[in-house]
Amino acid sequence: MSGTGRVRVDLDRVFREEHGRVVATLIRQFGDIDIAEEAAQEAFVIALQRWPETGLPANPGGWLTTTARNKAIDRIRRESTRDARHAHAAMLSDQYSPGSGSSDPSSVQDDRLRLIFTCCHPALATDAQVALTLRLLGGLSAAEIAQAFLVPEAAMAKRLTRSKQKIKANRIPYRVPADAELPNRLRGVLATLYLVFNEGYLSSSEQIAIRADLCGEAIRLARILASLMPDEPEAQGLLALMLLTDSRKAARVADGVLVPLPEQDRASWDHELIAEGHDIVRACLRRNRPGTYQLLAAINAVHTDAATSSETDWNQIVQLYDQLYAASPTPVVALNRAIAVAEVDSPVAGLAIIDGLNLAGYHPFHAARADLLRRDGQTAEALEAYTQAIALAANPAERAYLYSRRQDLQG
Amino acid sequence: MAQYLLSVHSTEADLAPSPEVMQRMYTQVNTFNKEVKASGSWVFGGGLHPVSTATVVDATGGDVVTTDGPFAESKEHLGGFWIVLADNLDEALEVARRASEACEKPVEVRPLQDDSGA
Repeated sequence: MSGTGRVRVDLDRVFREEHGRVVATLIRQFGDIDIAEEAAQEAFVIALQRWPETGLPANPGGWLTTTARNKAIDRIRRESTRDARHAHAAMLSDQYSPGSGSSDPSSVQDDRLRLIFTCCHPALATDAQVALTLRLLGGLSAAEIAQAFLVPEAAMAKRLTRSKQKIKANRIPYRVPADAELPNRLRGVLATLYLVFNEGYLSSSEQIAIRADLCGEAIRLARILASLMPDEPEAQGLLALMLLTDSRKAARVADGVLVPLPEQDRASWDHELIAEGHDIVRACLRRNRPGTYQLLAAINAVHTDAATSSETDWNQIVQLYDQLYAASPTPVVALNRAIAVAEVDSPVAGLAIIDGLNLAGYHPFHAARADLLRRDGQTAEALEAYTQAIALAANPAERAYLYSRRQDLQG
Repeated sequence: MAQYLLSVHSTEADLAPSPEVMQRMYTQVNTFNKEVKASGSWVFGGGLHPVSTATVVDATGGDVVTTDGPFAESKEHLGGFWIVLADNLDEALEVARRASEACEKPVEVRPLQDDSGA
């Protein structure tokens, strides 16, 4: 019982890990996402029947890709007399496959990189980008993605179908963008992966505080991207940021209530993830091509470097926020910088910055104000700010935390 | 190669730009059109008369009904369009970027179906 159970779990893991590779290769070869997905699915079904008896082949990914390719060819031959699918596939294939073959420098790149950029094409809506990336690259089923984002399965299936239609009808190219467009397009890919992570880490769901499955998926995808783009420091920075944030997951919620950073039990942080994150941050510092994600990762590295909350090097955090604000002068960055300034200087100094920000619809703004007002002894104003924060926050653990703070203050 | 419709949607307010703005946009669009023709991706394009000049013909009910006015009551109407050839969406988006700069309005990009002549 437990033996077959383990084989089954292993197969699920293998399928999920290999899905992106198999589908990405087949899309390049056949120029059609649906053909690639269906063929990959058929190959997985055959593997599911065969592997429990024969054991895993030496190269499961290669076996799956070859089997899927044969299935796709069979299918195209079978259907080519019935409809124009063959001609269509061949036409798209002409367009998609690097026409100049080996002389195209991008042809040596991993197909999964093409797939990431296609899934995160700016012509697709953000929720479509997220769904496609999780489906095609992450190997999650439409049902799993629907569950993760708390939407009905039929709605998610429709979203995926429409997105694939849009890619096909518009001929969204299957390629890694040229150097000139790359920084802009990479920013979109990083933003999509970070969005998946954040939806997991600070779920906007009113029922679940942290959705570890989404965090895990986002980290897996960020690892793939970081390994495929070793020379892009921001891809490394995003991975480090996710690892260092995720390392604190176990300490972040206690009994359904959010635990703020200074009060977290640092012994329950994941020190393996922290070590890995710190290594990446150090490598980024050596490279010295800073960017938003690297700076956010560095700020998290300072936090996770402190053995106790009082040992936190807030001066360094303020400096990093100064750099971040120079690169990305948004009110949200200014808010977080103000929180650090309050630690270095005083709550009043932090409040002076915060009160000038136009963030009335953003609950962390009210939560930060409430905390600083409370620490400055402005009880009535603090109570009001907590009430505003509670009204805007959706995450249940965060709401529970804000409630308890307000209650404490009311005495 | 595929064909893409690049369309410009104008509101009533846009329809009466000052003569200077009109002249500037006219010159810019003319230059853009010449560039698209020179690059070989030109299929067709043009600006439309105001929506008040529109007539609707409806033969779906057996009898032909001819009425004055645009098809739908809307704040925005098609003001002009191009049809261009491009290898893929990224190429079409690049043409659209230049079109938008030239006509000083957002440009919508939509692919034509395969059997419509590409």
